Amino acid sequence: MKRLLILGGGTAGTMVANRLSRMLDPLEWTITVVDQSQTHYYQPGFLFIPFGIYTKQDVIKPRRNLFAPGVEFIQGTVDVIDAEARRVHLSEPARTLPYDFLVIATGAHVRPDQTPGMMEQEWRRSIHEFYTFEGALALAEQLRRWKGGRLVVNVVDFPIKCPVAPLEFLMLADWFFHEQGIRDRVELIFVTPLSGAFTKPLAAKLLGHLLEEKGIRVVPEFMVERVDPDAKKLIAYDEQEVEYDLLVTVPLNMGDESIARSGLGDALNFVPVDKHTFLSPKHPEIFALGDAAALPTSKAGSAAHFAVECFVENFVRYVDGLEMLHKFDGHANCFIESGFGKALLIDFNYDVEPLPGRYPLPGIGPLTLLEESEANHWGKLMFRWMYWHVLLKGEALPLPAQMSMAGKWTNGQGGRRYEHVAA
Amino acid sequence: MTTKTIEGFTVEVNEEGFLVSPEQWNEEIARAIAREEGIEELTPQHWQVIRWCRENAVNGRSPTLRQITAGTGLSTKELFALFPKGPAKKVARIAGLGKPEGCV
Repeated sequence: MKRLLILGGGTAGTMVANRLSRMLDPLEWTITVVDQSQTHYYQPGFLFIPFGIYTKQDVIKPRRNLFAPGVEFIQGTVDVIDAEARRVHLSEPARTLPYDFLVIATGAHVRPDQTPGMMEQEWRRSIHEFYTFEGALALAEQLRRWKGGRLVVNVVDFPIKCPVAPLEFLMLADWFFHEQGIRDRVELIFVTPLSGAFTKPLAAKLLGHLLEEKGIRVVPEFMVERVDPDAKKLIAYDEQEVEYDLLVTVPLNMGDESIARSGLGDALNFVPVDKHTFLSPKHPEIFALGDAAALPTSKAGSAAHFAVECFVENFVRYVDGLEMLHKFDGHANCFIESGFGKALLIDFNYDVEPLPGRYPLPGIGPLTLLEESEANHWGKLMFRWMYWHVLLKGEALPLPAQMSMAGKWTNGQGGRRYEHVAA
Repeated sequence: MTTKTIEGFTVEVNEEGFLVSPEQWNEEIARAIAREEGIEELTPQHWQVIRWCRENAVNGRSPTLRQITAGTGLSTKELFALFPKGPAKKVARIAGLGKPEGCV
């Protein structure tokens, strides 16, 4: 029997297990998933919890029920991966799991402990985050009671999971405080280490006005060194300061500590792999998928989904000594909630920046690329059902894994509408 | 995208004055861009950072500050002293790489 071991039962790990359980011969293969928790979180839903749009029940399911028959699930914590001996040591319960092939899908975690002052006496009082289940629930309680003031959203450093979520949070906050009747008493500020809220040329051109219209101020090129929790200030390395009444931070994102303990990660514990095949350049039986991988695309469920589509096709060839023919192109698409029942959609890959157009049907949509619409908002809300019932089960979505240029409007094509929007 | 002549070399630059192709870069161009950025002389420490970023660029994009500090052993404070006000962007420009970007 050959053993495929998958570390992490999140979006990428669950999809890989379920897809391969149908593609690999059960008489020849065992597929085992290890995860430390019994609960699967629908992480994109965390964004909606602070505003009371989703409740806890909307974003959790018992992990066990999500695996196909034939996939073995072990609840445990990875201590270290011994890549030379092809073994994974678990702590709690202490156990050693040998493997023939290993898929690392241990994700990315927020690390407020990495910024001095963040996780001290004001943590979950005047300093919040929405990237964890507990954090999103605590922030929901805070926002219900908040009487207004200066709300600062800040990103400590990139890469982060779902890079558009901080912008979505701000635009939803604008809507939320309007609904609460206190928008005039709330100042919304986005503090980012990048050169602006939008850094890609077309997105900056087409979306730059959005934040201005919503009264969201951007403080660019701000590298947070520490938080002064008593003075309620963010302090940058170059001594710039931003004061807040309520800080919603996106802490530094890092890969799992077990990656560092195993000597398999980069400076942020992400696993360097080939960006087209996810194979480790050092260990020919180790792959890394999803947020755990150090790839120059977004850390997002959609990127993981398209990556898994390529990976499973390659894997069944690779184990038979055949060439990996499918090349992942960095494809991702993300809904961007913009408040008041509307959303944007972006579709991009390693080489093509987000462009305006229609998706998935060229010219028809119904979703609009780089442009606000109600259809996008409904798309985003419907996506939760798709996630639980289609994506995780490894059912095929009628969307190609590779990005398509059909339906996208580039300069000189696509007619007047784009010219009009871009002008 | 426009072409520009720096120290006698014709290079393609984007709207913000970043080199479009990392291959068109050389050390003389780096010195000239550094002067535009207010850094009169590039010290061995500057070069250490520039070379590390060029070697560790992904898709022609400069690494993030945290990757630079981990890779070079310099602290973030030291990077701010070497490349004042926004070292990530400045290093990228001087090294002929793209600045770190988000997905939109």
